[in-house]
Amino acid sequence: MNRVVITGSGTINALGNDVPQTLVSMREGRCGIGPLKFRDVDRLSVKIGAQVKGYNETDYFDHKELTLFDRFTQFAILAARQAVEESGLIFDEELSESSGVLLGTAAGGMNTWEDNYRAVFESGKNRVHPFVVPKLMHNAAACTISMEFNLKGPSFTVSTACASSNHAIGLAFQMVRSGMAKIMVTGGSESMLTFGGVKAWEGLRVMSKDACRPFSGNRSGMVQGEGAGIFILETFENAISRGANILAEIVGFAMNSDASHIVMPSKRGAAISISRALKDAQINISDVSYINAHGTGTRANDTTECAAIESVFGGHLKNLMISSTKSMHGHLIGATGAVELLACIMALRDGIVAPTIGYEQKDETCALDVVPNFARNAKVKAVVSNAFAFGGMNAVLVLKSP
Amino acid sequence: MTIKDKVVKIIAEQGMLNVNDITQTATLKDLGIDSLAIVESIFVIEEEFNINVPFNANCPEESNFDVSSVSSIIKSVEKLVAEQV
Repeated sequence: MNRVVITGSGTINALGNDVPQTLVSMREGRCGIGPLKFRDVDRLSVKIGAQVKGYNETDYFDHKELTLFDRFTQFAILAARQAVEESGLIFDEELSESSGVLLGTAAGGMNTWEDNYRAVFESGKNRVHPFVVPKLMHNAAACTISMEFNLKGPSFTVSTACASSNHAIGLAFQMVRSGMAKIMVTGGSESMLTFGGVKAWEGLRVMSKDACRPFSGNRSGMVQGEGAGIFILETFENAISRGANILAEIVGFAMNSDASHIVMPSKRGAAISISRALKDAQINISDVSYINAHGTGTRANDTTECAAIESVFGGHLKNLMISSTKSMHGHLIGATGAVELLACIMALRDGIVAPTIGYEQKDETCALDVVPNFARNAKVKAVVSNAFAFGGMNAVLVLKSP
Repeated sequence: MTIKDKVVKIIAEQGMLNVNDITQTATLKDLGIDSLAIVESIFVIEEEFNINVPFNANCPEESNFDVSSVSSIIKSVEKLVAEQV
């Protein structure tokens, strides 16, 4: 089995349009959440979100490309370009045959669905653009990346709601570890922050109207974000032999199902996924310094997640930092695990642990060190990244410095 | 603009060419317009002239819409527009 490392990263999200900007924002505890700016916002009862800032699609793509690139594909390709550039990889014919793309997304080309539903149902139009299908399909982003970089290896897209990115990255990790692929471009992309997307979420009554305050006693729910995070995975040996810069090493992954409730999380299911990920990584609980939590800011998740962490880490809790960067970049749903991986890399490589901002009040059910409000300098050994999705699908990654 | 001019303009845009480069006898393949671009051209033509074009990419010869050359497309559009009136 090969060791697997990350040699490239890219992102676009509410905290920045690239990785350096995003990490600065995380370090400084900036909040990317603000009033939503899109059509029909006045018809929403939730009017806040973490939107990508200062982004104009025509700055990056021409008219022909835009007929095929939904916003979620745009985010993915921009992040992928950053990641491939950072990795320094050139995909010649031989390498391209064993290099693939594995992305996660929950809603795929939602903007395209919405625009065309509006045209057909609301405006009564009788024809839509011929490219609507290839534009909205969940695999559009992965296909576009594969085509742009000539990646002919195994590629697909996974969808497990809020755990999509962790599942994608975890599977990509396993593919490189087993030798099935030499290089994997992986991560996630989401653009559900539309009128319809927010309207759909409102009914569940789990969204906050003012802020995302994970673990805080006065937390009032989640806040949606948007964006993409893309990473290049390859074997440790390959990275070393070509003198690549290694950002972090992925050492373990586990996924399991609660088989319990369609939206409520399970302490047992979450705890088992964390334990199994540590076992897969062959890491002791005492070696974990930081957990990037799922930490959505809902009453249900945060309490359950803390209980799960307590049951796994027991006596080691006092040495453990847990933070939720969703407080800053929002919940990117299918892309959230990918953007959160950046916080994991920052912790390991830069020794900076991102804070949980918006923390105002202690909650007895979340009485852990949640790195409230300010980032912390720390020597970080191993890092765990949690994702616990609707329908009880859990996916946990473990990383350390190489 | 005549139907002919409008159709030539649409084809030119699809092929990212100048209207003066579009000859009547040119096939779409000559102009670098592939199967997906043909389908998009048909969409634009339908929107422009408010007609329904009965084209199936699987059996293009069987539809009443002849995409074999620029002039045949123009003729087909003229016919459909006339039928609509």
